[in-house]
Amino acid sequence: MTVVERREIALVDLLDRLLAGGVVITGDITLRIADVDLVRIDLNALISSVNRQVPSPFEIPEVLS
Amino acid sequence: MTGLRYVYAVCRPLGAPLQAQLTGVVGAPVKQLPHHGLIAVVSEVPERDFAEEPLRAHLEDLDWLSATARAHQGVVDALTVVTTPLPLRMATVFRDDSGVRTMIESCEEHFRATLERLQGRVEWGVKIYLEAEQPQEATVAEPEPRAASGRDYLRRRRQQTMAREDVWEKAEAFATRLHEKLSAFAEDSRLHAPQNAALSGTAGRNVLNAAYLVPRAHSEEFVEVVDRTKDDAPGLRVELTGPWAAYSFAGELPQEGA
Repeated sequence: MTVVERREIALVDLLDRLLAGGVVITGDITLRIADVDLVRIDLNALISSVNRQVPSPFEIPEVLS
Repeated sequence: MTGLRYVYAVCRPLGAPLQAQLTGVVGAPVKQLPHHGLIAVVSEVPERDFAEEPLRAHLEDLDWLSATARAHQGVVDALTVVTTPLPLRMATVFRDDSGVRTMIESCEEHFRATLERLQGRVEWGVKIYLEAEQPQEATVAEPEPRAASGRDYLRRRRQQTMAREDVWEKAEAFATRLHEKLSAFAEDSRLHAPQNAALSGTAGRNVLNAAYLVPRAHSEEFVEVVDRTKDDAPGLRVELTGPWAAYSFAGELPQEGA
């Protein structure tokens, strides 16, 4: 039985959920709409930039894990 | 206090208090903001780091991203002990409490429906890896000390390629089978993009990266199903993570006209 007992969650697993999951309260509410003040970030852009920039600026494997 | 409000999750009113010392992003204390029979779980974050522009810049900083993600997860994790939280996308930030209340009002129906759907459920992550290059002895049936001719060489190369394709096919078939089996067991499933080995720092090639929504009460059974399959496929590795709050099943908000 290997029910994962690792308390240290891998960052990639976390980002799969935090950046691709969770309720997205954007789309209809952005900074551009006057009296609503959600600060919004385009996470898709981030994800693609992470993928694109694998060699840099992140020094990958050591930083993670 | 001129901080912005970072919202971790929306929940039903908690039946038990939050841990007194619970801190969130940037170490700030976590508070409940009740509104319309729901609560937003929030903490203050400094504008200089969480306004749109600095946030954008910070998100390129892996250390910052990691610390923020772990803090976010820490709060959501603490919430799962006392309730079924509806986690929000990382870095959902509002100007002030009234911004958060407005958000709750405008999404109220969706929140209630989703909380209802997720009540008592957790998420399990299952990943399948193709272990690094298999030993190639298997393909060399008759020992040929060295390629005697170009034709021999080509034939050998072809055998190796076919062996590799065979490994891929088997991996794919195994992943499909396991995913079907787990999907049938789970209430819902999501496929995440396979993880980049460079980012995960994990050995082997990620061929399945899935999430399954499982009633907490059936979790043990789910884990057993995964565990039993593990040894079915030599050369493949199955990894289980969880239980997570149901991040992958929180759902998109329906688009509103205005």
